[in-house]
Amino acid sequence: MSTIPIEYYLILSAFMFCVGVAGVLLRRNAIVVFMCIELMLNSANLTLVTFSSYLGNSIGQVFVFFVMTVAAAEAAVGLAIIIAIFRNKKTVNIDEINIFKW
Amino acid sequence: MINLIFLTTLLPLLGFLFNGLLGRKIKNAFPDAIGENIIGWIGSSTVGISFLIVLGAFIQTIGLPAEERSNTVNLFSWLSVGGIQIKFAYLVDQLSLTMSLIVTGVGFLIHVYSIGYMRDDKSFWRFFAYLNLFIFAMMNLILGDNFLVLFLGWEGVGLCSYLLIGFWYDRKFEKGTTSQAAKKAFVVNRIGDFGFLLGLFLIYVTFDSLIFKEVFSKASTFPIAESTFGLIALFLFIGATGKSAQIPLFVWLPDAMAGPTPVSALIHAATMVTAGVYMVSRASIIFASAPAVMTIVAIVGLMTAIVAASIGLVQNDIKKVLAYSTVSQLGYMFLAAGVGAFSASIFHVMTHAFFKALLFLGAGSVIHGMHHEQNIQKYGGLKKYMPKTYLTFFIACLAISGVPGLSGFFSKDEILWNAYSNGGFVFWLIGAVTAMLTAFYMFRLLSLTFYGTERFNHHHFHPHESPGVMTIPLIILALLSVIGGYIGLPKVFAGEHGNLFELWLEPIYAPAITKLEMFGAHSHLEELLLMAISVAAALSAIYFALRVYREKPHIAEKISNRFKGLYNLLLNKYFVDEVYEAGVVQPIQKISEKFLWHIFDVKFIDGIVNGVASLVDKSSGVIRKVQTGIAQSYAVIMMVGIAIVLLWLIISL
Repeated sequence: MSTIPIEYYLILSAFMFCVGVAGVLLRRNAIVVFMCIELMLNSANLTLVTFSSYLGNSIGQVFVFFVMTVAAAEAAVGLAIIIAIFRNKKTVNIDEINIFKW
Repeated sequence: MINLIFLTTLLPLLGFLFNGLLGRKIKNAFPDAIGENIIGWIGSSTVGISFLIVLGAFIQTIGLPAEERSNTVNLFSWLSVGGIQIKFAYLVDQLSLTMSLIVTGVGFLIHVYSIGYMRDDKSFWRFFAYLNLFIFAMMNLILGDNFLVLFLGWEGVGLCSYLLIGFWYDRKFEKGTTSQAAKKAFVVNRIGDFGFLLGLFLIYVTFDSLIFKEVFSKASTFPIAESTFGLIALFLFIGATGKSAQIPLFVWLPDAMAGPTPVSALIHAATMVTAGVYMVSRASIIFASAPAVMTIVAIVGLMTAIVAASIGLVQNDIKKVLAYSTVSQLGYMFLAAGVGAFSASIFHVMTHAFFKALLFLGAGSVIHGMHHEQNIQKYGGLKKYMPKTYLTFFIACLAISGVPGLSGFFSKDEILWNAYSNGGFVFWLIGAVTAMLTAFYMFRLLSLTFYGTERFNHHHFHPHESPGVMTIPLIILALLSVIGGYIGLPKVFAGEHGNLFELWLEPIYAPAITKLEMFGAHSHLEELLLMAISVAAALSAIYFALRVYREKPHIAEKISNRFKGLYNLLLNKYFVDEVYEAGVVQPIQKISEKFLWHIFDVKFIDGIVNGVASLVDKSSGVIRKVQTGIAQSYAVIMMVGIAIVLLWLIISL
C-alpha cells in the first residue's frame, strides 16, 4: 500500500468527480444522472479515506460511513421520485421534464 | 397668582374634556333642564375661575414696580430638535393680562348667557365643550411667550371658530348650509395663516429665536435691514388680515354669523377676531421698524372701516349689520396700530369687546324672543316686550356711536386723534365719516327693531323677554360699556397723570414708540375741536336715523329708490363675494379640473406610474425566457459560477 503515492488516489478521485459532473450536466436519462451523483459522492468518499489513511486519523473513515448512510437514504428517496415522475410523464428524460418555469 | 396662570388654560381644557366626553351622559342621566344646567355651569365656572385667577395675577402685577411687571412662567420643554429649543411658557405682562381679562371676563358672561340661549338644543353639551376649547386656545394665543405657542393658539381658535360656525350643521344658511360658511371661514383663514407662517420662518431665520423677549430685544438693537423688517411685518399682517377680517380677507366674517349668536358675540366680535390686533400690537417693535408697512396697515384698516360701515348701512339681517360693524371696528383698531397708537388699538379692543358682545347678546335675546327670525324688517316695536334687552341694546348703540361719556367715545376719539396727529387730515376725515356711518346704521338697527310699528305676524310670533340667565350678563356688559372707557381718559380730560391705560401699557410699546419718533406737538384746542366735530357728526347721524326709521320709514324707501344703483351695490356687499367667486374660486376650480386633474394627474402622474409598471412587465417578459425549466441548464450555470469563483480564488492566491 505504502508504495502507491497519495497523488494517484487523488487524481483518480478527481477523475471520478469530473466524470460524475459531466454525467450530471450532459446525460438525459434521470437514472444515469442519479448514478453520476452517486459517483461524485463516492469520489469524495475516496478522498476522505485517502487522507484518513495518509494522516493516520480515523475521523475521515468514520465520516465516510455517514456519507454512505445518507447516500443510501437519498438513493431510496431519489429513485422513488423518479418512479413517481415516470408514472405521471411516461418518461425519465429530464429535458422533457421542464415544468419548472414561468 | 402669577404662577397659577397655567390654570387659566388648564381649567377650560378640563372643562372641554369633561363636557365633551361625559356631556351626553349627564344630559340623559338627569330629567329636564337639570342636566343642561350642570353642563352649562361647569363650562361657565371653568372660565369664571380662570377670570378670578387672571384678576389675581393682575392685582399682583399692579403691585409690582413698572419694570418688574413682565413675568415668564415656564411650564415644560415643548420641542427640542437640534438647535431649536422651544419652551412651553407663558408671558404674564401688561398686554397679555389686559387681553386675558377681556377674554375670560367677557367669555364668562357669554358662557352664562349661553345656558339660557342654547336651552333645549340637542347638542347643548357639545356647544359648551367647544366654547371651553375655544377659551383654552385663545388663552394660549394671548399668554404664549413665544411665537410658536401663539401660533398654537392661533390655529386652535381657528379650529373652534370652524366647529362653532358649523355647529348647527343640519341647518340652512342663506344660499347654502352652515357647513359651507364654516368651510369658507376656515379656508380664508388658511390663506392668512400661510402668510403668518412665512413671517414666523423669516423671524426665526433673522433673529435665530422665536421667543418674544429675545426677538424684540434683538429687533431694537441689532442692525437689521429695513427690507427684512418690512417683509416680516408684511407677512405677519397678512396673517392678521385673515384672522381679524380685514380687506381683502374679510369675506368670511359675515358668513360666520351662521353660528349660534353667543359664538358670534364671543369669537366673531369680542375675542378671536381681535387676535390679529393683539399680534400686531405684540410685535409693535417689528412694525415700528418698517414704516412702509405701518402705512399699509393704517390704510387697510381705514379702507376696511369705511367699506364695511357702508355695507352695514343697508343690511337687513340683524346679525349681518353687527358683523359688518365688527369688521369696521376692527379696521379702526388697525388704523390705530398703523399710525403707531398701539395702546389706543388695544383700548378699542377692550371697549369694543364690551359693547359689541353686548350688541350681539342683545341681538341674540331678540332672536330668542322672536323664534329665530333675524330680519329687522320683520321686527318693530319690540321695546315694550323686551324692556331689559332694549335698554342694554340702547346703551351699546350709544357706546359704539361714540356718544360722549360712554366707553366707545374715549377709545374712538383716541384713535381719531392719533390718526390726525400721526397720519394726517385725510385719515381723520375718513375715520370720522366712518364714525358717522356707524352711528347711523346702529340707530337704524335700533329703530327698526325696537321702535315703530310692529311688523311681525302676531299669530306666529309672541315676543317675550329672555330669562334672567341671559339678561344679567347683558346688564353687566351694559355697565362695562358705560364705565369701561374711564380707565383710558385722554390727557386733555385727565390732566396731570395722563391716560391711565396708555401708562399701563407703555413699557410694552416703549421701544416701538422711541423708534417711531413722532407725536408732534398739537394743542389741546385742536384735539377738542376735532372731538367736537366727530361727536356732532355722530349725533346728527343718530338724529337722522331715528327720525327716518322711527317716524318716516317711507323716506328710507324713497332714498333707496332714488339711488338704486348705489343701494344695490351696498346691499350686495360691493359684489366682493361674486368677484372672489369669479376671480379666484372659479379659476382655481377650472384649473384644478381641466389641467391638474384631466391633464396633470391623469396624463402625467398616472403616466409615470403606469409607465413604470408596463416597463417592468415588458422587460421581465424578455428576461423570463432565461428560465428554461430544465434543471440541467441551471446546474450548468451553477457549475460555471463555481468554476469562475474557484479560478478567481486560485489566481488571487
